[in-house]
Amino acid sequence: MSRVLMKGNEAFAEAAIRAGVKCYFGYPITPQNEIPEYMSHELPKAGGAFIQAESELAAINMAFGASASGGRVFISTSSPGLALMQEGIGFIASCEVPLVILNVSRGGPGVGGIQPGQADYLQVTRGGYNGDVRVPVFAPSSIQECANLIYECFDIADEYRNPVVILADGMLGQMMEPVELPEARGITPVEKINDERPWAITGTDNHPERNVVYSLRLDPQVLENHCFDMFEKYAKAEKELVRWTDQGLEDAEIVFVAFGTMSRLCVEAIELLEERGIKAGLIRPISLWPYPNAAFDKIGKNCKVVISTELSMGQMITDVKTAVQGRWPVSLINRTGGMVPSSIEIADRAEKALKEATK
Amino acid sequence: MKTIFEPTKGMIPVDTSYCPGCGHGIAHRIIMECLEERGSLGNTIGVVPIGCAINAHHFMNVDMCESTHGRAPAIAAGIRRVHPDQVVFTYQGDGDLASIGTAEIIHAAHRGEKFTTFFINNAIYGMTGGQMAPTTLIGQKTTTSVNGRTVEQAGLPLRMCEILSQIDCAVFVERVMLNNPANVRKAKAAVKKALDIQDARLGFTFVEFLSSCPTNWGLAPKDALNYVGQNMADYYPVRNFKTPEGF
Repeated sequence: MSRVLMKGNEAFAEAAIRAGVKCYFGYPITPQNEIPEYMSHELPKAGGAFIQAESELAAINMAFGASASGGRVFISTSSPGLALMQEGIGFIASCEVPLVILNVSRGGPGVGGIQPGQADYLQVTRGGYNGDVRVPVFAPSSIQECANLIYECFDIADEYRNPVVILADGMLGQMMEPVELPEARGITPVEKINDERPWAITGTDNHPERNVVYSLRLDPQVLENHCFDMFEKYAKAEKELVRWTDQGLEDAEIVFVAFGTMSRLCVEAIELLEERGIKAGLIRPISLWPYPNAAFDKIGKNCKVVISTELSMGQMITDVKTAVQGRWPVSLINRTGGMVPSSIEIADRAEKALKEATK
Repeated sequence: MKTIFEPTKGMIPVDTSYCPGCGHGIAHRIIMECLEERGSLGNTIGVVPIGCAINAHHFMNVDMCESTHGRAPAIAAGIRRVHPDQVVFTYQGDGDLASIGTAEIIHAAHRGEKFTTFFINNAIYGMTGGQMAPTTLIGQKTTTSVNGRTVEQAGLPLRMCEILSQIDCAVFVERVMLNNPANVRKAKAAVKKALDIQDARLGFTFVEFLSSCPTNWGLAPKDALNYVGQNMADYYPVRNFKTPEGF
């Protein structure tokens, strides 16, 4: 593996190619445009196919067709684009078709802005799709972690036959960092598709029974059973896909909870607070669904306040409160709309929150 | 004993869910007969729409997937990228293709996608119970145009063959109708030609079927067929719009 300095978006695209992606479908939207640009010239060289779709609606449905017929598929978009894809995500989950989606998120609501944001937290963890669907979501905090996750998420999507979302805020897409890219594992040849994905629609000559990929179940009992089956998978995901990192929880007075770019600012804020004689720790959820509730059991006796630290008006805080279960006061430090706080601002506001909590 | 007729292996031998006099059964059968005759049943992938024909995958004996409403051409484009050698088709109704799915069908044609779209135009939303479609005729009564469609309220019906034939990479565009045995035979010839041109990978291929919906039109099956041959064919000329050289 070679270590290279790369822009986030290009590293993400290259990681997907090395993961053996057959198809990428994209529509231009800032701040992820380097991904379709990179894919348009690099994916065909690797033996894959690129289409610049006419819309995000088309892109998510092209992804469905390619994946339902057995191709490994990657798509990327940014916040309003993901909103357009929601129907497709729910449909693909219902059809039990794998897909990896990267959301390089920006500030909202509406068209919003193009600076980094995390106000897609509820969109990715709860979704805008109809029906009983869960989508595993992972939030990297560095280009390296994002590249690794992209590579790995194809296996998760295949195992669970479900879409998987990676939420990388716009900062990660636009900055440059050294990254070690994984080894290329090649594209599955078309004649081997049904060995790996026996359910894929490839033509009936290629498998023993006729394959149909479908979502419609008009009999309510059949549909209920389908939901029960899907939720068996999701129960397994809740056991196996939980991920987080933490630091300094045992003796922390303040515990920050932050993902993505915000977690890196919290690490700096923790150092600033230490200089002021205040012990602070961090829980960094990597899986946003399933949420790492178990991380909160590691919080020690000195804790006075848990602070959800977000680039939104406070969306993850609901999950933080659920995980805290009333054991400590929960507070919010946030900026939104594309504004990013400095580590000094976070430290100052955290100190104030600590005073409030111990009054 | 000499066999003089047997059903196509392209249709699964079950009762369809379609009403008496509906054109879907005929369209399904001629498409599947063509696929069987050319030996393609085992290497075909089809995409069904939202609408009555979502059930087509219970009847058509090939690998298939459902689609979200109107997006079948995008789905088929994705399938084609994974399967360069298979026969790929979409089967779509008028609400699916001419209303919610206009962007996807236009851009599939615009990219010259190497698959075939079979478009069933029965001038109404069937599955949802008879609402006005973009292809509903002026004066035609539906549950959302109870006094008959008017130009003032809903504009003029959309002619998809005329629109798509303007797009250079749509290489075969033909409108047929399913109102009598002679025209069904012509329809089958158009299906066969579309599939042959798909094989040649020359560009996008499109067959529109003028079809009947007796239930939602409030007509007896025979009257519905007459309505296709007279009223619909008046507004929607039945003809070939485009064929590549050599076909």
